[in-house]
Amino acid sequence: MNPHNKSIEELKDIAAQVRRDIVRMVHAVNSGHPGGSLGCTDYFVSLYFKVMNYSTDFKMNGEGEDLFFLSNGHISPVWYSTLARAGFFDVKELATFRKLNSRLQGHPATEEGLEGIRIASGSLGQGLSVATGAAQVKKLNKDNRLVYVLMGDGEVEEGQVWEAAMYAAHHKVDNIIATIDLNGQQIDGSTEEVMSLGSLRAKFEAFGWTVLETSGNNFETLIPSLEQAKAETGKGKPVMLLMHTEMGYGVDFMMGSHKWHGVAPNDEQLEIALQQLMVKHASDY
Amino acid sequence: MKDFPFTEKKDTRSGFGAGLLELGRTNPNVVGLCADLTGSLKMDAFQKEFPERFFQVGIAEANMIGLAAGMTIGGKIPFTGTFANFSTGRVYDQIRQSVAYSGKNVKICASHAGLTLGEDGATHQILEDLGMMRMLPHMTVINPCDYNQTKAATIAIADHEGPVYLRFGRPVIPNFTPADQKFEIGKALMLNEGTDVSIFATGHLVWKAILAGHILAEKGINAEIINIHTIKPLDAEAILKSVAKTGCAVTAEEHNRFGGLGDAVAQVLIANTPVPQEYVAVNDTFGESGTPDQLMEKYGLTENDIVAAAERAISRKSK
Repeated sequence: MNPHNKSIEELKDIAAQVRRDIVRMVHAVNSGHPGGSLGCTDYFVSLYFKVMNYSTDFKMNGEGEDLFFLSNGHISPVWYSTLARAGFFDVKELATFRKLNSRLQGHPATEEGLEGIRIASGSLGQGLSVATGAAQVKKLNKDNRLVYVLMGDGEVEEGQVWEAAMYAAHHKVDNIIATIDLNGQQIDGSTEEVMSLGSLRAKFEAFGWTVLETSGNNFETLIPSLEQAKAETGKGKPVMLLMHTEMGYGVDFMMGSHKWHGVAPNDEQLEIALQQLMVKHASDY
Repeated sequence: MKDFPFTEKKDTRSGFGAGLLELGRTNPNVVGLCADLTGSLKMDAFQKEFPERFFQVGIAEANMIGLAAGMTIGGKIPFTGTFANFSTGRVYDQIRQSVAYSGKNVKICASHAGLTLGEDGATHQILEDLGMMRMLPHMTVINPCDYNQTKAATIAIADHEGPVYLRFGRPVIPNFTPADQKFEIGKALMLNEGTDVSIFATGHLVWKAILAGHILAEKGINAEIINIHTIKPLDAEAILKSVAKTGCAVTAEEHNRFGGLGDAVAQVLIANTPVPQEYVAVNDTFGESGTPDQLMEKYGLTENDIVAAAERAISRKSK
């Protein structure tokens, strides 16, 4: 059972609050990755406030719970905000993001014991392997909960992703739902310019995965797609959800450009962004 | 100089295989992963008896390390198996982020380390692995000396919470340590008490140190020989106690002279009791094809090299 199980109207309000947190966090330290964080906000809010079964009383082994792994760790702001808003730790701690002695490291880590995080990520391409291992152990432990993992689209340029993709299909790891954030952007430009990905649907299908596609910035399509992905588990194949998002979604001047991948807004830009991210019951930390 | 009788020669990798099989029978949380080298790593007996707890990964070592890290989350104790080269250099970043930094209870088990891999040549003869693994925070680094000790170490690391690098090899060498030994991580083992020079040896060089001890005894030199099976955490107390008595040190390892046992011991000595130290190690070069014995001779890792190093160390002692 999801501990929140919000309505779509409520999810929209939470997503706006998370987006406010993201722009404020990266602005405060003039560093971090707002673009991908904003684009994936609706996915995170869907998982933690509707789709996943978990307890906010964090246990590393996650026994009897759905697990989530973030492979593209640079979008940590959206994860930190979502975890705080979901009740894993005090939202006030978001103010420590990227600062000395913080549990909210630039990229997610377990070293400081932040609730909700089970593995470090940042060096790309490792999360699918980790999630697959965790999923196989769930089977071994007769734990029928699911494992979710998010990757970036540029990230699949890493070879380890394909090692894991081959393995998961070969070993019939069918309790995993992987998602690729297809925003078409990476640091040096669009994925088309930097390293064209071709058809990820065709590639993952050829690797033996069940592949679904969805819009990632629209709860009305995203929630049913995640439910459909759950329905596809347990059928002998790992499940891939290709999620089309817009980098920077929710802040008009950040949308659709790789320029906001790893750049923080200045004071003026922050004010404009916050005006665009209005929340019914704002509770900025 | 004490005698170390043995009844047979065996490979340390078989000690790993035997230890893993025993763990399979005694610890239900132990799982094995292998990257297409099940026979070479002697993991086939475990695979056969516990097929549901064995995961064939194929030739994909990076994925293997990530899988193992993920498997710890549900309480399993993964033992990964491949050659030392592919267990470290090839997957350093995966070990660094997903295992060491994340504090995961993964046992990285590495065979065919060093020159004694033999004819396959330098691409497979890693001589830098101890250094790489030593540099990682949280990592325990173990290099046992014979079959019995490798088996005991394999069993012991399952009870140690945290990442471990366990290094062993291919050649058959004298199996001289007791079959019923209890392996204590981080505890150096005194093999022969002496007064003139301390020889700190690890892995395959432990037996060579014993051979060197006999040669030195014939020359009237009384060598203290200590088996450093755990390179990290290093038993600094045992090292300092020994050099307080002997006044000089030799380190012996099947590894590059940079980053391995020699440097680990040197760090302890310079911070506490600076005494002359001589390295028996590969002199910052790659290996090549050849038989293990030929290679150990060419690259300076024989008992005679230890003897010469001991004599140099003794000659450097302040009179």
